[in-house]
Order: sequence, then C-alpha cells, then structure tokens
Amino acid sequence: SEQKKPIIIKKILKLNDALVMREKSHGNDFSYVGIDAILEQMRRKAMKQGFELNIMVVGQSGLGKSTLMNTLFKSKVSRKSAQPNPEERIPKTIEIKSISHDIEEKGVRMKLTVIDTPGFGDQINNENCWQPIMKFINDQYETYLQEEININRKKRIPDSRVHCCIYFIPATGHCLRPLDVEFMRRLSKVVNIVPVIAKADTLTLEERDFFKQTIREELRANGIDVYPQKEFDEDAEDRIINDKIREMIPFAVVGSDQEYQVNGKKILGRKTKWGTIEVENIAHCEFAYLRDLLIRTHMQNIKDITGSIHYETYRVRRLNESNLHLSKPSLKNMWTEASRGEETSPRGALNMFCRICQP
Amino acid sequence: MASTDVARQPDNGVRPLSLAGHVGFDSLPDQLVNKSTYQGFCFNILCIGETGIGKSTLMDTLFNTNFENFESSHFEPQVKLRAQTYDLQESNVRLRLTVVNTVGFGDQMNKQESYQPVVDYIDRQFESYLQEELKIKRSLHNYHDSRVHACLYFISPSGHSLKSLDLVTMKKLDSKVNIIPVIAKADTISKSELHKFKIKIMSELVSNGVQIYQFPLDDETVAKVNTTMNGHLPFAVVGSTEEVSVGNKMVKARQYPWGVVQVENENHCDFIKLREMLICVNMEDLREQTHTRHYELYRRCKLEEMGFKDTDPECKPVSLQQTYEAKRQEFLVELQKREDEMRQMFVQRVKEKEAELKEAERELQSRFEQLKRLHADEKAALEEKKRLLDDDQSSFGKRRAAAQLLQAQSLTANGKKDKDRKNSGFM
Repeated sequence: SEQKKPIIIKKILKLNDALVMREKSHGNDFSYVGIDAILEQMRRKAMKQGFELNIMVVGQSGLGKSTLMNTLFKSKVSRKSAQPNPEERIPKTIEIKSISHDIEEKGVRMKLTVIDTPGFGDQINNENCWQPIMKFINDQYETYLQEEININRKKRIPDSRVHCCIYFIPATGHCLRPLDVEFMRRLSKVVNIVPVIAKADTLTLEERDFFKQTIREELRANGIDVYPQKEFDEDAEDRIINDKIREMIPFAVVGSDQEYQVNGKKILGRKTKWGTIEVENIAHCEFAYLRDLLIRTHMQNIKDITGSIHYETYRVRRLNESNLHLSKPSLKNMWTEASRGEETSPRGALNMFCRICQP
Repeated sequence: MASTDVARQPDNGVRPLSLAGHVGFDSLPDQLVNKSTYQGFCFNILCIGETGIGKSTLMDTLFNTNFENFESSHFEPQVKLRAQTYDLQESNVRLRLTVVNTVGFGDQMNKQESYQPVVDYIDRQFESYLQEELKIKRSLHNYHDSRVHACLYFISPSGHSLKSLDLVTMKKLDSKVNIIPVIAKADTISKSELHKFKIKIMSELVSNGVQIYQFPLDDETVAKVNTTMNGHLPFAVVGSTEEVSVGNKMVKARQYPWGVVQVENENHCDFIKLREMLICVNMEDLREQTHTRHYELYRRCKLEEMGFKDTDPECKPVSLQQTYEAKRQEFLVELQKREDEMRQMFVQRVKEKEAELKEAERELQSRFEQLKRLHADEKAALEEKKRLLDDDQSSFGKRRAAAQLLQAQSLTANGKKDKDRKNSGFM
C-alpha cells in the first residue's frame, strides 16, 4: 500500500534556519540593530530550563492506555499493570498513580509525568467515578495556587497541573456510553480533554468514520468542548488549522511497542494472521496525527491553555469563595473584600486592604 | 508558562529514561518561541543622566531610529521622568520598547532628593504589576509589562571619579533595577585616561557596595563573551545619528576638525559592545532578572509591609483567620481611640465657644445698660430745659398779654380824648 503523506498540521519555523538567515542578510548591514536576537536568547533559556509535561490517561482497563503512552514516547513511561491475583482484580476505588521520567531529545530535556487512573469505569456501579479524578486535578491547581500566593515563593513554581487528559473510548462502533458523556462533560470544564478511540484495529474504515461522526455529534449535542476548544482559537490562521483537527477527532489509535520488519524497515506494529498493522502508518490508524498534535505542534498550546485558562478559572472560583481555607495566611481577605465590589478598579484590592491594615 | 528546572538527579522517583526513537518534542523550544513571537516582546529602558549628556542621542543610535526627543531646559525645579513607548519591528519580531528619560537630573542646586522620583517611578511600575497579579480576574499574558528592565546610568566624562550624586543614586537603585553604567561622551577622554577612569569607577562602585548588573555566566554559549564584556564595564559610548563618509562608506560618526569619531568602530568607543550586550545577547536575561529578582523582592517587601506572613514567630503556619482577626482588632482599637479623642476635642471646643459667647453677651448687656442710663440722663436734662423754656414762654406770653392790654387801654383812652376834642371843637 502506498504511503500517504501526513498532512502538515502546522509549520513550526525552525529557529536554526532563522539564525542563518539573519547572519547572511545582516552581516554587513550597519542599520541592523539585533532585536530579533531575542528569539535565540529565549530558545537558549528554554533549553537550559527544560520543559515539563503532565499527561493523564483515563479509560477502562484493557483499552491499551499504557501501551499507547509507551508508543507515544518510545520508551517505557507507563508500566502495564501486572495481572493482579483474583482477590485484587477489581480495585475497590479508582487510584491515581503518577510516574515521572526525565527524557531528553536533541538537547531538549523534559520531565514527563504520566498519571494513570486504574479502576476507572471498572466497578459495577460507576456513578461519581470522575470525582477522584476531578479532585486530583483540582488539587494540582490548588498546590500551584498556594505556592503562587506565598510571600516567599520559589523562583520557578513547580508545575504539576494536568496539561492534557487523554480519554479512551472503547471501539464499540455505535456511540458514546453514558459514562463517557458524563465524564467528558464534567472534566472538559477543568482540563484539556483529548478523546481517542482505543484499539481501533477492530473497526473497518467505514465503521470508523461512522463512529467518529456519531461521537462528534454527541459531543456537540452535550455541549462538550474537547481540545482544541473553539473559543480559544487565537486568530484566523489558528482557526483553520484547528478546524482541520476538529474534523478528525477523536483519533482512532492503535498502540504497540513491538517492532517488526516490513518492507525492509523496522516499524512498530501489531502482527496478526491477516496482516501487520503499522502504528505510524496513517493509512492504518491515526496514531501519527495524535502524536503530531500532542507533541510536535500543539504541546506548548496545550500547556498555555491549561495555565492561562483552566488554572485562572479555578483561581477565580477559589478566590471568590467565602470559606476559603488557605493554610498559609495571605491575601484571602483582600479578595473577599475585592469580590464584593471594587474588583474592577485598578487599585481596588490592594487599596482596600491597605486601608484596613494600616493605622 | 513557567517550566521548572528539570532535576538532574532522580528525585521523588523521577528516573531518566532513554528513548528508542524520534519522538518529536525537540520542537518544543520552537513552539515556545513561535508563540512568543506571535505575542510580541516588551522591553523598557531607563536612562539616568544629567541634562545634555547624550541620553536621547544614544537611544536613537542604539535603535537606529529617531525617537523625536526635544532638548530639555536646565531650569527644571525638580527631577521628572518622561516615558515614551514605541512599537519597533525587525524581521518578524515585534518589540514594544519604552524609553524613560530623566529630565532635569543634576540641575538643581540641592540634589538630595534627586533620586526619589526615579525610585518612585520604578516602584510604581512594580506596584501596577503586583496589582494585576493579585486581581481575581486577571490577564497577565495580555498585560503590558512596564517594569524597568535595564537602567543605563550615564557617567560624566570627567576622567577623575564618580560624583557623589552618582554614587547615592546608584546605591538607591541597585536593588530595584539592573544598572548598567556607561561613560557618556567618551570622545572627550583619551585612551589612557579612559582606562584609569574605568578602573577608578569600578573600584568606587565596589567599595561603596553598589551592585551593578553582571552579564550572566551560567550559559556556556555566551559565558565567554559575557566574561570579557564584564571586564569592559562601564562602556565608554559615543552616540550619533549623523552620517559621515569614511573611505567609501557612510558611517554614523561625529566629525571634528581633527578627525572623525566613528560610533561603530570598536577602536573608537564601546558602542558596539553595549549594543551587543544590551540587545543581542542579554535582553532576555535582563527581563528575567527584573522579574525573578527585583520584582520578587519588591513583592515580598510590600506584602510583608502590609502584614502578611507565611509563618508566625514560632514558625508555625499562621492561619488566615488569626492574622485577619488580629489586624481587625488592632484597627478597631485604633479607631475607637481616635473616636474618643475626637469626641473629647469636640466637647472642649464647644465649652470654649460657649464661654466666649457668654462673655460677649455680658459685655453687650453692660453696654446696653450704660447706654440706657445715658439716654435717661439726657432725657431728664432735656425735660428740664423744656420746662424752663415753657416757663419762659408762658411768662413771656403773660407779659405780652399785659402789654397788649396796656396798649389797648391807652389807645382807647387816646381815642376818647380825640373824640372829646372833636366834640369840644364843635362846641
């Protein structure tokens, strides 16, 4: 089968090229100031600091969550849950397990944290199964908020906020289940959700397309905004790119950490009697699109939306609460006063408390 | 968004992992830079120096534009600051540059308070950033950051040493802003004098404990060039926007009868070094130092001043309720005291006024009595006089009546006589 060329979702200008361009055109130019050198400075600083990424995977057991993580990052970032003995097979509650790794590629260092949720959707009664997960996500926001409002705060606040939550939909081929709808409805308000169709090698192309369409309609009907959210498109160019993505989600993925020889090349795949599914072949499954979206083009955007929108929403809600129990003293009263009225004036909050505190 | 320093040693179960193939997150720095390019950058420079020392010219030369500054007079009563913002673009980078100049610095007779407007300006920018950060609904990524990132301090080219005004001002500013001292109008100093001057300045700064900005040495790519440049501080600069033809090129220069001082010639002055360091190599570091060091210090001091603590004296985390209640009590007590004071003062004043008024009333009363007496006396006198007059009149009237009677009697007697004569005539 011929290889379809992957659609270039977004063109990231390679900085090295930019640097070369600069030297060539401005070598003898005395009117050149050098403002664009700040790009290189930023890049150096980013490389030195390293990056952080926290991904959460949610789905019933056996949907291939760990395998997919391992395929995405080409290493054993997620330990596949060992088969428990019969007594422990059904966990009583949902656990939240988070494992961090330091990975490095071409000088770029990243601390990757994979947060697993074993037990999700596995009980007989799954009502409120989103609660522990919601609590975990909010706890991370809370930790960040606490550190941010400290008087003596760290130079870089450690970021443990969940940037992205990959939700695994079993490949039934019909429609979303109530559990899926309920979970995504609640969580899409606090975190970026990326739904994927797990073990998509059980669907034919037509079944897959139909399934995806049904899912998209159901998401729309329930008002569920998954990543990339329409309202956060920055400009027209962004909207075009994101609309293309929105037409493709949820991605139908297949994961594998086994390598096979196909046409003389070593590729990741799943070997069956009727053929070998190549994971990174877009004719076979949409893993490559998911990988490109999550890692190669939209990773920074995912982090930005988490930081500047979801976290800020949490912060606003929290600071407006009247029963705010911050363990460290801070500016709660200021916010209580401010939320009662003067919030919009420039000096409102601080002024108010100055008036109260200074004799 | 802030990313943390990745731990080099595994801690808390963070183990290093090797990748079996190309994942693709090496594009992450590029994604980050793309986003920043889209948003644009902010840079704010503060220029402190005496009037006429060449601040505006240097800015024009540095950024290759005409910033339309006009000359200030030497007769400003106080030091003022003038800030102007410009949007510059080079290749695909948009920079929002704010240039703040001091006006009238060093012109007053009494320069003791000269540094204050500068310190106030810097604090104001920190304050408004703090305000924004503490708002409930905030938009930090849209916020126009006006905090001063770099402060160019212009030293007069006397050739001897720093002025005390310079030392005092720099000492006040070194914990608030990144100070980069420059020697202005460096074409008035000879090479040997310049060398001695620089050494003198640096030793004076060190001995007075002034912390100027050191170009960062932690990144290997730029550590070498930064170390060299640190040794050339303060930079001796010459600014000029006029072009003079030298050889077959037009260069920015100052033309003198004895020669041409080329601004971009490293043998003539350190302008290129300044531009390299300020813009091409360390702009991002200047911004970062401002945010993580100077701003954090300001924030900490400001919040502590307002009474917030992270822990109480016993180093236990203080609950917010306690701090708030304590402060509230303090405040209420103070309020009560003031109220009592006021009340007392009010009562006092009222009493005083009352007494005053009473006094006035008494006085008025006595005057009234006096006048009344006077009036009565006069009236009596007048009555007396009137009586006398009446008496006179009545006696006069009597006399007149008597006189008239007499006259009338005499007339009738005469008439009778005449009649008798007439009558006797006939006889």
